[in-house]
Amino acid sequence: MKRIRKIALLTLMSGLFAISFSSCSSVKEYNKMYLNDSEMALSARQNQKSEMNFMLYREGSSGGNGGKTGGGCGCN
Amino acid sequence: MKKIYLGVAFFYLSVLSAFAQTDSTQNSSYKTRKLKVDEVNFVSSYYHQNGDNSAVTGGIGTEKLSDFANSFDVTLSKSDKYDRTHTFDFELGVDHYTSASSDKIDPTTISSASAADTRIYPSANWSMKDDKKHYTFGSGLSYSQEYDYSSIGGNIHFTKISQDNNREFGIKLMAFLDSWKVIYPIELRQELGSGGHKPRNSYNASFSLSQIINPRLQMALLLDLGYQQGQLGTLYQRVYFQDNSVHVENMPETRFKLPIGLRLNYFAGDRFVIRSLFRYYTDDWGIKGSSAEIETPFKVTPFLSLSPFYRFYTQTAADQFAGYQAHNAQENFYTSDYDLSKFTSNYAGVNFRFTSVDGILGMKKLNTFEFRYGHYNRSNGLNSNNITMALKFK
Repeated sequence: MKRIRKIALLTLMSGLFAISFSSCSSVKEYNKMYLNDSEMALSARQNQKSEMNFMLYREGSSGGNGGKTGGGCGCN
Repeated sequence: MKKIYLGVAFFYLSVLSAFAQTDSTQNSSYKTRKLKVDEVNFVSSYYHQNGDNSAVTGGIGTEKLSDFANSFDVTLSKSDKYDRTHTFDFELGVDHYTSASSDKIDPTTISSASAADTRIYPSANWSMKDDKKHYTFGSGLSYSQEYDYSSIGGNIHFTKISQDNNREFGIKLMAFLDSWKVIYPIELRQELGSGGHKPRNSYNASFSLSQIINPRLQMALLLDLGYQQGQLGTLYQRVYFQDNSVHVENMPETRFKLPIGLRLNYFAGDRFVIRSLFRYYTDDWGIKGSSAEIETPFKVTPFLSLSPFYRFYTQTAADQFAGYQAHNAQENFYTSDYDLSKFTSNYAGVNFRFTSVDGILGMKKLNTFEFRYGHYNRSNGLNSNNITMALKFK
């Protein structure tokens, strides 16, 4: 059951990625009004540092979100 | 603490004033832009948690902890004669925490040195962006110091941008060389000895691929490869065996981590944004985790947004984990740290953001004010609250 869930998740992620790539078109600079909005940034907010830090301590997994995967503090 | 903050403020003012005196008019054959301050950020947060599975006392006992974290960073930039933009970022973070469980390393004292600690972590980063050749290159150094732990970090990164600026591929290599002071629980110090430091090194390679799909949708795929070696177990965390004997946590000396993430951001209508992140993680300690988070900023006005958010996370237990008095003498590795147990967690809250080009509260340079609150709960009973305030000056 766990293996099926894992495969389903990976399939969903790769599927979404493949579909997105196949349907993407070149967007001109003058059409990037919405994409350039600060809320659309493809990174964590600056004020999320603290919560990313406590999750690094309180959860066994880390990384995959633009943050650290370990090191630099007494956490695993 | 006051001395630390004053020292920090003085250090940054010195750095700032040194750059402000840069003379860019020495060579008349080209016009170099002066170094200018792009932005200054100040982020302050307070975190408080409570639970009943402290790893210091073998998986039982209070996990009460408070952390007051502050970071201050200055970003400066200038252009060179090839019209490349150089960005310099200097950051200083100071965290101060109090921990009831850490105090149990030596419970014979009324309040030991381990009950509270301050962590100081400065960093400096440089990057160079070439708009003509469509790439960014950079590097950085970091340092972190707390009572029993110090770390020196370095990184280099490279990003290639497509001709139409719709796609980016980035790679970042990081290394952290850490040193951990050996501290055993008080009752085991005679048996295990004392003193000395043990190393813990972490090496990370991060790959990112971001793509604009259409004028309202963009995404990023993130892949991190992480490898750690050295002292990975925490030597002041107790483990009680079935025979009631007490030992210190013992973990493998290497760990390989593989997290993968996918960010999808969509702007719906004129006021509504959907930010999402899906993450999957696996490592060779037996932990598999996945998380899904969504944040939905609603623009009340073009300058004011309210963003409720929710995150769900689940993980399996590390192979080495068992609770209080559940391990036996045949095991090579053992821990009763519930951060490595099987659990699910929920994190929900709201982000408030106000931006104004004319300044906020009469301060002309204050460009953005943000407030964020989140409540975290874990299926094994740990609860926490986190409040953050962020100010951006431009």
